[in-house]
Amino acid sequence: MAEFSLPKNSKIIKGKSFSYKGKSENKKEFNIYRWSPDDTENPRIDTYTLDMDDCGPMVLDALIKIKDEIDSSLTFRRSCREGICGSCSMNVDGTNTLACLKSIDDVKGSVNIYPLPHMPVIKDLVPDLTNAYKQLESVKPWLQTDDKPVNGEERHQTPKEREKLDGLWECVLCFSCSTSCPSYWWNGDKYLGPAVLLQAYRWIADSRDKNKKERLKELEDSFKLYRCHTIMNCTKTCPKGLNPAKAIGEIKKLQLET
Amino acid sequence: MNQNRPLSPHLQVYKPQVTSVLSIFHRITGVALSAGLVLLVGWIFSLSLGENIFKYYAYFLGSWLGLLIMFSFTFALNYHFCNGVRHLFWDAGYGYEISTVYKSGLAVVIISLLSTCLIWYFILMNNA
Repeated sequence: MAEFSLPKNSKIIKGKSFSYKGKSENKKEFNIYRWSPDDTENPRIDTYTLDMDDCGPMVLDALIKIKDEIDSSLTFRRSCREGICGSCSMNVDGTNTLACLKSIDDVKGSVNIYPLPHMPVIKDLVPDLTNAYKQLESVKPWLQTDDKPVNGEERHQTPKEREKLDGLWECVLCFSCSTSCPSYWWNGDKYLGPAVLLQAYRWIADSRDKNKKERLKELEDSFKLYRCHTIMNCTKTCPKGLNPAKAIGEIKKLQLET
Repeated sequence: MNQNRPLSPHLQVYKPQVTSVLSIFHRITGVALSAGLVLLVGWIFSLSLGENIFKYYAYFLGSWLGLLIMFSFTFALNYHFCNGVRHLFWDAGYGYEISTVYKSGLAVVIISLLSTCLIWYFILMNNA
């Protein structure tokens, strides 16, 4: 049964507010979820105010500025700062996105930042993705075939076959979609979630892969696949503009055809 | 080190949007329809209990509360039906673009509201 409220140790308490030291009137408030494993306190929301005349345009720029200049204990994942690595996925202004692709100007009023929803928190904005990665592994996201490539070259595809992978290969596995999905919130232990199902479809759709039947059979399960109720939060939130719901729909269709 | 990791907030912080709101409404109307069905079965059942009981039941259904319940039931039925058609399109592989999802969602809400009002317009006209 789905647990709609937060467990006792996860309830958010009032946090600290850091006073504004800038001179500019062009300022913005950032309310950020904080939790540290070093003490036994509940999570809290800390408030930081930044001078927007002296800050980069993206939410990630603001986070880095806060960490550099106000509070070095603030913890988050980041790497490429251009939407390629998928590290800085988090909940900004109520929806999941990559902090590096989210413009601060797009947020009216103060910016609320939380970790990806309904995940165990390691520290501050860093969620534990162990379960999601295990699920990814379970769909065997690699090429499976007994064919040998001709003359030791690469395996060929027609442009048409290759086209089928567009909108799938671009996924950076940030898990914004999976953690936006209420179905994944309630059944994340058994339901694979949109990110992993999109990855599964990426290999099902690949003309070079010869294990399509087995892959489909593996997914034919009331929990793994069919917990998707086409809510579409996943597609709505994907920071790369991909369509996991459609990929899941394609898998469901193939289940009927095979 | 505190290994008792908190669960990050979900419903508490996630923005309600057309996608999720229409979806949960589909489920709520589904549950409401089951409850409404009990009401209808009760109506037929009251027939078998004789004229007096049936009259009481009919009196209740004709009261403002009964009418309100039946109006909501009609809306739940229409919404669930229209959104069900939307689901059939998805199952057939159509309408997954977010812009389409918003348009079809809006259409479902408008059509179910209009058809409900139309049905009740005729019911109330015929009874007047």
